[in-house]
Amino acid sequence: MIAQADDTLTIYERSKDGRRAFVAPSLDVPERPLDDLLPADARRADAPRLPEVAEPEIVRHYNRLSKRNFDLDTGFYPLGSCTMKHNPKLHERVAGLPGHARVHPLQDPRYAQGALELMWRLQDALGEIAGLPHVSLQPSAGSQGELAGVLLTRALHEDRGEHRTKVLTPDTAHGTNPATVTMAGYEVVKVVSDANGNVDLDDLRAKADEDVACLMLTNPSTLGLFETGIEEIERIVHGVGATLYYDGANLNAIMGISRPGDMGFDIVHFNLHKSFTQPHGGGGPGAGPVAVSDRIEPYLPRPQVVRRESTTNGKEPFYDLDYDRPKSIGRLRGFQGNYGVFVRSYAYIRSLGAAGLREASETAVLNANYLLAKLRDAGVAQYLPAAYDRLCMHEFVLSGEPMRRELKIKTLDMAKRLLDHGVHPPTVYFPLIVEEALMVEPTETETKETLDHFAEIVADILREAGEDPEIAREAPYTTPVRRLDEAGAARHPVVRQAMSGN
Amino acid sequence: MTRYTSATDADRAEMLAAIGVGSIDELFADIPPGLRLSRPLALDAGLSEQEVFEELKALAAKSTSAEDEISFLGAGMYDHYVPALIDSIILRSEFLTPYTPYQPEISQGGLQAMFEYQTAISELTGLPVSNASVYEGPSAVAAAGYVATAASKGSRFVISRGVHPHSRECLRTLAHAWGMDVVEAPLKDGVTELPALDDGVSAVIVQQPNFLGAVEDLTALAEEAKSAGALTIAACDPLPLALLKTPGECGVDIAVGEGQSLGNRLDFGGPSFGFFAATEALMRRMPGRIAGETKDVDGKRGFVLTLQTREQHIRREKATSNICTAQALNALAGVIYLSWLGRRGIVELVELMLQRTAYARDRLRNIDGVTQIHDRPVVREFAVELDAPVQRVIARCQEQGINPGYALGREYPEHENGLLVAITERRTRADIDRLADTLGAAVAAERQTVRARA
Amino acid sequence: MADPSYPDDLKYHPEHDWARIEEDTATFGITWYAQDALGEVVFFDAPDVGAEISKDQPYTEVESVKAVSDVFAPLSGEVTAVNETLADKPETINEDPYGEGWLVKVKLSDPSEVDALMDSAEYQATLD
Repeated sequence: MIAQADDTLTIYERSKDGRRAFVAPSLDVPERPLDDLLPADARRADAPRLPEVAEPEIVRHYNRLSKRNFDLDTGFYPLGSCTMKHNPKLHERVAGLPGHARVHPLQDPRYAQGALELMWRLQDALGEIAGLPHVSLQPSAGSQGELAGVLLTRALHEDRGEHRTKVLTPDTAHGTNPATVTMAGYEVVKVVSDANGNVDLDDLRAKADEDVACLMLTNPSTLGLFETGIEEIERIVHGVGATLYYDGANLNAIMGISRPGDMGFDIVHFNLHKSFTQPHGGGGPGAGPVAVSDRIEPYLPRPQVVRRESTTNGKEPFYDLDYDRPKSIGRLRGFQGNYGVFVRSYAYIRSLGAAGLREASETAVLNANYLLAKLRDAGVAQYLPAAYDRLCMHEFVLSGEPMRRELKIKTLDMAKRLLDHGVHPPTVYFPLIVEEALMVEPTETETKETLDHFAEIVADILREAGEDPEIAREAPYTTPVRRLDEAGAARHPVVRQAMSGN
Repeated sequence: MTRYTSATDADRAEMLAAIGVGSIDELFADIPPGLRLSRPLALDAGLSEQEVFEELKALAAKSTSAEDEISFLGAGMYDHYVPALIDSIILRSEFLTPYTPYQPEISQGGLQAMFEYQTAISELTGLPVSNASVYEGPSAVAAAGYVATAASKGSRFVISRGVHPHSRECLRTLAHAWGMDVVEAPLKDGVTELPALDDGVSAVIVQQPNFLGAVEDLTALAEEAKSAGALTIAACDPLPLALLKTPGECGVDIAVGEGQSLGNRLDFGGPSFGFFAATEALMRRMPGRIAGETKDVDGKRGFVLTLQTREQHIRREKATSNICTAQALNALAGVIYLSWLGRRGIVELVELMLQRTAYARDRLRNIDGVTQIHDRPVVREFAVELDAPVQRVIARCQEQGINPGYALGREYPEHENGLLVAITERRTRADIDRLADTLGAAVAAERQTVRARA
Repeated sequence: MADPSYPDDLKYHPEHDWARIEEDTATFGITWYAQDALGEVVFFDAPDVGAEISKDQPYTEVESVKAVSDVFAPLSGEVTAVNETLADKPETINEDPYGEGWLVKVKLSDPSEVDALMDSAEYQATLD
């Protein structure tokens, strides 16, 4: 697409006094003086300075903006920990059906049976995938699911008259885990990882005491490695009366192969915008349902979607919202959750079925291991070795430390140079325990050719750096903007359009 | 191989050989045998796209949507007209499918849209700093409470009974974890009456307009809070802010609210978005992503996520929030909608709703057996009390294709037969007249029945 | 940004902070090593004048774009002044960490604590 000089104008800068896209329907009721309805001292003096543009200009503006975005439908997006798998196009069609899209959340349940049945069936399916029978769809995203999990833990212990103050998280944990712990009113205690990239069992034993409420774990971990000591971890944690919480961000590795409930986890959260194909939307929406064991069930958020069997012969079961939950932790959000996300995830699960979900995870793990092997074959491992010499699961972590030392380019530079090759870079500088980390998650929806091509690109960039490191250090060159002054943006933040009178 | 994966048998053989294992099974060797699922998941077999479509269509047919009835149901989410251009933009791959903009060079579209959205929210709320979205309205109130625990002294929240019941419940759920008390301020004649405040109050939370539709005096409430050293948090319905004195002007510290009215569908309650705006002083304590303007190495204008040190991926246990994925696509729909309405259009829209609401209120309170719960100024929603069992009245109306509104009794037992009626631009005078007639008939019939039973 | 330097007239704390002592008052800042590890400083969260700070405890934070760092007090005392120019130009900490990039001035509560601090050579020996 040909860039235009005015491509960086904001919608406000395209405005002109008097232009408009919206025309209000005509007033069909008797007009009463404004002052009678809303006293002048309750009113703002000036209208909000929203844009003034007609429809063609709005469409053109946002269309051109969209072309300054790289996206999953366009190219390879191996962002570790994000599970950027294909978003099936059927899902927008079904989510847009009025019987899903235009139902009011407070509609009488008698008139919302389709929506409630869908939610119930999704709960049932997620419960089976997790191996824990009781599911709440309420949490809005993974973070809110984590918050639900720790609050459920608190409710369990308080109900038993226990007062605990700490939650354990591994040093590889995603930042949302410790942030959640603090938000839930606990103190974070870090557990270190061992040389194999697993939770250090000795350290766990030393730190697990009766003041610990919970251990939050991702399995496979954020290193893409299965916690081989999971059975011992379960014994240690339950042995001190703490709950075992499963961060479902990496569920894509094990669907239909192993279940967190069977591993002994009490609470599991799912990221529907990861394994279950809800489009990421540039930063949401998502959903973070939780599945829990019998002993945690009483504390689930309110309301719960339930199915009441008919007492009359031959009548359909009735799907309902159950508010009568005296031990519930209460609410984390309004209404019932991100229903539009449930529609898409449900369609996905119905499309794949048991065999399809298993095949998705098998292929995700196959693709990741293949890509790792291909990078090794391409000679990449000398500068970007795997952080741990093990089979990975659905993702793997490389360390750019040798690359930095010998080729004088950092993981950041590799990422920026990848942009010039039309792929999205992997996740950078996470997890924190690996120097110059590069986390790669191809997902199952990529072809072998795409993976081969990616390995070649990485090898090319390393070769180029060997000749002239400056190229990667100044990259990217071909993107809509080049490297940006983030320090300036943080020192003197400009977070809204300057307008006359500001 | 399913329709979304491409690994053929030949691919698989090549890949396994490259890895150096004999079978896919070997790739899962790290999973202890006792934890390997020995049976398929107890889920139905996968279906073709067509079959999935038919099933989802059948489920859709089992719900009554806003297309199937004339709805006056509001209470936090509203049946507004969503213009066609929104879908044509937000369903574009480039907006729909990317991740959070961690690589700004290839995310200028999303980042600039966030900047434009933040600007629009600042204009509506009169507060200089807005983030790029939070999940939705009620959890935004709790998120604002979390900011207060860090930014304000005190161990108590005072929250008005006029705040949405879901928001009050969210705050209580989280406040319990923070060891904060929550005290409810009652409504008197339809508006908030604050108790005496002392320096033990961390924040005062009110809603504008309140849940019963009444316009509150935010300036007076904020002054009371301020003199006790407490922050003021206002949960606001965004469209009425086009006419009402802004929270910023009133001395409010944090304005949050439910963004569904702005270009988003009902979707049985989500996804929508929450907005969160605050004073300059609170900027570094705000949750969520914030887009900022800057320049690139060539001096070209660009946008980045800024002040990231507030956030969980950097500050971890000391972050201002645990939020990661938010509601970016829905916020994009919001800013497109606000651009579509425009500076004049939003005023016209809300004035239209104001006039029709006044008309509806007038027609309903003149029905025998229907009284106003309060006579405060309202913008787009009002509350009446029925002299008849409200659930039965609603049922009768729905049988006639009219959804008359929300029954207040469960959350407001003091208004046992209360009904909250919402007006959007979709509800014409003819619809309102039909509401009045149908409601009138239903109330009369139920009063008759009650008398007959007595 | 300056070349590595560790002036001889200063005292050093293992958490990469320096102190310039003048009888019973001192000026504190962070060392070249600390500002280099942090990257471009974008924000200094100044403590209040009058605040009591304790040796070996963090008394404030310094932020770069992608990191936050606690700043540790080398000595105990009461904050008498904070460097106001850093509000507008926090990058001064990178450019001149021992001069214009000073953070706070403190009235020492226990001057004998100085004995526990390192001199330039000792501190440099602790660095990689």
